[in-house]
Amino acid sequence: MKIKKNIPLIDQHDKLGFWGGRFGGSFIPETLKKPIEDLTKEFQKLRKNKTFIKKRDFYFKNYIGSPTPLIKLESLSNHLGGAQIWAKVVSEANGGAHKIYNATVHALICKSMGKKYIVGDTGAGYAGKMLSMAAKKFGLKCKIFMGAKDMKRQKPNCDAMRKNGAEIVPVYSGSQTLVDAVSECMRYWVSNCDNTHMCVGSTVGPNIFVKICGWSTSQISRELKIQLKKKFKKIPKKIKLINCVGGGSSAYGFWSEFIDYDKKQVELIGVEAGGPKRSKLHAAPLSRNAKIGILHGAASYVCQNKEGQIHETESISAGLDYPGVSPIHCFLKDTKRAKYTYATDEEALNAYKLVTKYEKLNPSLEPSHAFAEAIKIAPKLSRDTICIVNSCGDAKKDRDILKQRLGKF
Amino acid sequence: MNNSLINRAFKLARGENRPALLTYTVAGDNTKKKSLEILKSISKYADICELGFPHNTPIADGGQIQTSAYRAIKNGIKINDVFSIVNKFKKIKKDKPIILMGYYNMIYQYNENKFIAKCKKSKVDGLIVVDLPYPENKVFASKCKRSKINFIQLISPTTSKSRLKKIINTSHDMIYYISMLSTTGGKLKVSAKKILTEYQKIKNQNKSKNVVIGFGITEKTIKSLKKADGLVVGSAICREITSSLKKRQNTVTNVTNIVRKLKNKIK
Repeated sequence: MKIKKNIPLIDQHDKLGFWGGRFGGSFIPETLKKPIEDLTKEFQKLRKNKTFIKKRDFYFKNYIGSPTPLIKLESLSNHLGGAQIWAKVVSEANGGAHKIYNATVHALICKSMGKKYIVGDTGAGYAGKMLSMAAKKFGLKCKIFMGAKDMKRQKPNCDAMRKNGAEIVPVYSGSQTLVDAVSECMRYWVSNCDNTHMCVGSTVGPNIFVKICGWSTSQISRELKIQLKKKFKKIPKKIKLINCVGGGSSAYGFWSEFIDYDKKQVELIGVEAGGPKRSKLHAAPLSRNAKIGILHGAASYVCQNKEGQIHETESISAGLDYPGVSPIHCFLKDTKRAKYTYATDEEALNAYKLVTKYEKLNPSLEPSHAFAEAIKIAPKLSRDTICIVNSCGDAKKDRDILKQRLGKF
Repeated sequence: MNNSLINRAFKLARGENRPALLTYTVAGDNTKKKSLEILKSISKYADICELGFPHNTPIADGGQIQTSAYRAIKNGIKINDVFSIVNKFKKIKKDKPIILMGYYNMIYQYNENKFIAKCKKSKVDGLIVVDLPYPENKVFASKCKRSKINFIQLISPTTSKSRLKKIINTSHDMIYYISMLSTTGGKLKVSAKKILTEYQKIKNQNKSKNVVIGFGITEKTIKSLKKADGLVVGSAICREITSSLKKRQNTVTNVTNIVRKLKNKIK
């Protein structure tokens, strides 16, 4: 298994859609073959179409607000000593998280395919919120599937979705979280694929959805590359790009331009959800050595039992609370290009406390997992090491959880 | 696989001038013992029995079958129990074809080769793997064929003409036509006439393949599709198990009644 240079990672799959010969693919019911083929053709066509790219860039700039800022966290760095900590504040994007990139691109594709309805899944509610925003912007009817448990714990985002005119469909099956929302959304698409477009909220699902999402979020690293060259005159000698990983859409977007660099220069660190300290449950298939399995149409490392039944997961962060992970991250793990670890609920909360104490930044619980890792390693590193954390979501949606766990927000 | 039990079941039904009746139940629903009893009892009327091995993340099943699957998993069904149910069933009804149906991850975790070997040993006649379509299924399907197990492919209203040809060319004795865009158990939203037109397109490609129609088939709708080689009823049966359990009634008797009625409608 080897990564090729000068080819986007999203395109390094074989004919059947597998990265490294074993991750990804399209394990789908026959009914979805045609809609997925149509979508694949449409996407191949659009990404080569200059007018479409112009349109995308226009909305990225004028609607999403690209580029999002890259800032140095001076006080936090001084407090910790060691490496410099920087943040790419992707949460400054319209809507408050990176999910807006994928949502906007899907809405544009949906328009171009002449479909009037768009459906999507959501965990933390950001994918749903952004899709509802994009749907409203482009005049599409929108349905969002969301686990009943997540609807309770991420209420602010649900309010936003409804305000944008989207219908939220609560999912009561299984663990009532993201995994069940994705299943239910796929089932809905099976029944309505003739007039409805489906947006998968992360770099997971059948091959084409991994590609579209990765293609959309990679805007983050294109911006970062320019910003680094501006601030440091060239790409610094020792960088660590630290990103939380649930499905892995923000991490891929944050890293995509830097994959060809030597890992001694640009190290990629993914941080999964380790769950509560005292619980056996987690959502960390990569760092806690889950076996390869098939979930939601793709092969990846999956939290599951010996029989292949998908395990329940547990995490304080709804956006990371998913038993599978992007096939692209499995590929990056097995080729050793990226390194994956996890942070527990408690570590993420402590990181949130520390970051908000020293900086004017309000990262949601998802990037707080990444900050936990940065905080852990920075003191041991040299001053010329640049740790950049993708602060990919805003904590407004976590208001209730933070109040409950920390007594304040 | 000309002389397969599946082929013979269709021949028999054709001889009686009716479609074959295929039932679908979930192994272990609601217990291992009960599901075997149900299977034995309904096989008096069913020509072919499909038995689902339940998965907890089914992306193509509607509410009724999901409920059955969750119930079976909760009551502890394991893949090896599914094989042992088939084994026990085949000891009594050795000529009744059994088709296992499920999702690929279960087979992948068990190991493809081991899974097929185990199917052969327990005398499974056919396999339907919902999320392993053409061409992804090529290798697995040929492994099945080598072990004289029918790999049954599905065709849907969205299947393109060129795919249709390829699927039919690589199919074994039986093909499963999905009546409409839906998960299992949806309400039949397409007219019987339209379904049969699509069905005929498949038959026209190759008359020798047995084509069954499934999804949305109930006591109400079954008669209208009588012209098909076979008809599959699943959700309606699962629903009956659920309601019998709720009413604390005998699931075996109630489900058997339903299957008998279904059979009478197509005689």
